[in-house]
Amino acid sequence: MAQQTLASEEPRQHRSLASFVKSNIREYGMLLSLILIMVFFQFMTGGTLLKPLNLTNLILQNSYIVIMALGMMLIIVAGHIDLSVGSVCGFIGAVAAVLIVQYHIHWIPVTVFCLALGAGIGAMQGYFVAFWKIPAFIVTLAGMLVFKGLALYILKGQSVGPFPVPFQRMSSGFLPDAAAGLIEAFNTTSFVIGLAVTVLVIYFNVNERRGQQEHGLVEEPFIFFLGRNILVAAGFILFSYLMASYKGLPNVLIVMFALIVLYAFVTSSMTIGRRIYALGGNEKAARLSGIKTHRLTFYTFTNMGLLAGLAGLIFAARLNTATPKAGLGFELDVIAACFIGGASASGGVGKVVGAVIGAFVMGVMNNGMSILGVGIDLQQVIKGLVLLAAVFLDVYYKNKA
Amino acid sequence: MTLAMTQEPVRETGPDTILEMRGITKTFPGVNALDNVNLAVRAGEIHAVVGENGAGKSTLMKVLSGVYPHGDYSGEIYFLGTECKFRDIADSEKAGIVIIHQELALVPLLSIAENIFLGNEPAKNGIIDWHASFSRTRALLKKVGLKESPNTLITDLGVGKQQLVEIAKALSKEVKLLILDEPTASLNESDSDALLALLKEFRAQGISSILISHKLNEILKVADSITILRDGATVDNLDCHAQKVDEDRIIRSMVGRELADRYPKRTPRIGDPIFEVKNWVVYHKEHADRQMIKGIDLNVRKGEIVGIAGLMGSGRTELAMSIFGRSYGQKISGQVKLHGKEIDVSTIDKAMRAGIAYVTEDRKNYGLVLIDDIMHNVTLANLPGVSRNGVIDDGKEQTVAHKYRRDLNIRCSSVFQQAVNLSGGNQQKVVLSKWLFTGPEILILDEPTRGIDVGAKYEIYTIIARLAEEGKGIIVISSEMPELLGISDRIYVMNEGRMVGEMPTKEASQEKIMRAIMRSWDK
Repeated sequence: MAQQTLASEEPRQHRSLASFVKSNIREYGMLLSLILIMVFFQFMTGGTLLKPLNLTNLILQNSYIVIMALGMMLIIVAGHIDLSVGSVCGFIGAVAAVLIVQYHIHWIPVTVFCLALGAGIGAMQGYFVAFWKIPAFIVTLAGMLVFKGLALYILKGQSVGPFPVPFQRMSSGFLPDAAAGLIEAFNTTSFVIGLAVTVLVIYFNVNERRGQQEHGLVEEPFIFFLGRNILVAAGFILFSYLMASYKGLPNVLIVMFALIVLYAFVTSSMTIGRRIYALGGNEKAARLSGIKTHRLTFYTFTNMGLLAGLAGLIFAARLNTATPKAGLGFELDVIAACFIGGASASGGVGKVVGAVIGAFVMGVMNNGMSILGVGIDLQQVIKGLVLLAAVFLDVYYKNKA
Repeated sequence: MTLAMTQEPVRETGPDTILEMRGITKTFPGVNALDNVNLAVRAGEIHAVVGENGAGKSTLMKVLSGVYPHGDYSGEIYFLGTECKFRDIADSEKAGIVIIHQELALVPLLSIAENIFLGNEPAKNGIIDWHASFSRTRALLKKVGLKESPNTLITDLGVGKQQLVEIAKALSKEVKLLILDEPTASLNESDSDALLALLKEFRAQGISSILISHKLNEILKVADSITILRDGATVDNLDCHAQKVDEDRIIRSMVGRELADRYPKRTPRIGDPIFEVKNWVVYHKEHADRQMIKGIDLNVRKGEIVGIAGLMGSGRTELAMSIFGRSYGQKISGQVKLHGKEIDVSTIDKAMRAGIAYVTEDRKNYGLVLIDDIMHNVTLANLPGVSRNGVIDDGKEQTVAHKYRRDLNIRCSSVFQQAVNLSGGNQQKVVLSKWLFTGPEILILDEPTRGIDVGAKYEIYTIIARLAEEGKGIIVISSEMPELLGISDRIYVMNEGRMVGEMPTKEASQEKIMRAIMRSWDK
């Protein structure tokens, strides 16, 4: 006992590279496996995966999953689950289509209304979960059925479309080039924005490390810090170059990126984010620390509804029509993204960036396998196995540590 | 070798001794829970085991019933002349030793019959023979004097009847030695009497019982012999038929420990009353008709450490938690005053803002987010204190965490260490840090040194003394009477939801506290 205490008291300023890798294997492992999967499909598809056109498609195809994964991560961290997001997504798309196409209401008020409706649906489910203590699994299972049915009902079983062009642009539009024609077939503005974001990201990373140094808390070896930043910078620059050489940055990418940054900030640096982790980590302790746990749970569900609504609008805009089948099975992709991204089913653990990486792991596999012509049947099998493998590795390393 | 030893019959014990536990020692990390304990029970007797909370009674019974399997402890157990090495509860039950725990282990939504034969169902090829199970249940219920249908659900029975079902369940296993851990703690008087009468009946039938109880008057009514434990060791063994035994005699043995220099010296500087609770009434959180706190008044003065003594289940935690933002109970009424002004403590948030902090007795479940690090735990209850407009200032948060790490001497590799990896004493310091950072005027500490080794205890006492020095009002709830006598200035004695005594520590003694509790039962 006494010996143990002594050992753990020793300063660990000179932690070896190996031990650092070991304790952070989860975070690096995830990024690494995304890169490996991309390299694999880039090679197997003969370079099609990273062609500007396909890369743009990849972003468009996965934007709504990523957006919903941000909200789902908070729900899972808080110790719950939301099975209704796919249905809500489809239902909101249907409401938008009926109001815009059949009732000829202008798309801006409809968008605002639909976002509010999404938040309202989330709030309603959150109300039962937070204040009546009905398990989220049951409440949202009910929600899944209800909103799937309602979508069918208001669409009368048919597809409704097309949408006005400005609405479509939300999903399929691109950032206009302010310096159009400067370089032929190259969106200069998009590339410059890409470069600027790269510089900003590096700046923030350096700043954070300097802050850690001031408090003598640097854990990450310098070589890793350097490598990580070079990799990130290279990835960002390559990505913006590829995007610029097609049509530029898609509008939806900008929305998505802004949301990722916002949610990463809220979860890591804001009191409300910290409280959600505490709530999922130990609800009783959080409550006795003066945190209004019921209200917080309610907020996470409201937020999820809002994001599901946004995703529904984006999806409808992308297809340019609302179909009764929209949103089918999205909840599974979203939940899988969170668990691949390192969330714990018992709550309290998980990062926003992890959910984003998880969503892209699923997205790249979907896209790559489709290009390779793998049937939908085998695709499901492979995706299922990847999900199980990711979580298994997580548990395996946790037990070993 | 081991095998030969097991089978070798042992004839060292007397012919009528059915159980002998010899030299039982059991250690938990940092604590010697049992130290060379001996216990001998004769056939057909009621043997009482008494001792203060934490004296090791429950641990001893867990060793006996196989909850702590052979190898987890050292020492030997002989039952009916053979050495026993129980691997689990099923093993000890097969031998005929059945334990009935303080918290009843019945499944509320199953019937009496289903509960009695749970895990032991009369069945053929996995198909339950309901007929046999009902008729056997009826016979068993008759034996324990319970007039209920075997079909009745447990949840529809009162606590007293549930206790009888537990005993019927034990009888179904052909019990030779029945262990009852605080069986009458939650029973009213007539139920208690019925239960004790039942034990006497069993004695006549040759079934021995070990009775663990705080209620010395009950023990004196039924026990044939008494073993007294103190600090994990056997200190006395009384034969009720060979000598005259009374409550004073037992209490003397229970508490007769010397007070060494285990508490920091301090000169209290006590000011005016700052905190008052008046006519506080609380009902059970689930059973709305059960009054848990029955009109309590208490006050704390500036710079004063007030102790609340009492046995487990006396309502001390319920009192503290109900004051702290109604985190326990329902239908709460009464007044709470700070500096003479009534304050609103209807939610935890409001109680905290009024200046009250409650340090829980169960730090793992109610005090810490174990998977999170020390820093996050320290700032959890006062995040606005390290943030601006809802954005946490990392530097400030770290400064705060470092400050408390230094001030309270939290031993850790860094403030980023997960709370789960800390020792009990250091975990407690983290919880204390969390509450100190909320800047409270009144600190309620519930069992602040439970499960903490002696060295860390001294540190916690020192912190408590320092806080009193700073002019805070402190309430310490503790089941360890020497601790209360060592650190507090004034002691309230609580029993069954009432204050049954109040005394300045100078005039208090363990005997006095115990007598106050016993007297309240006699009433």
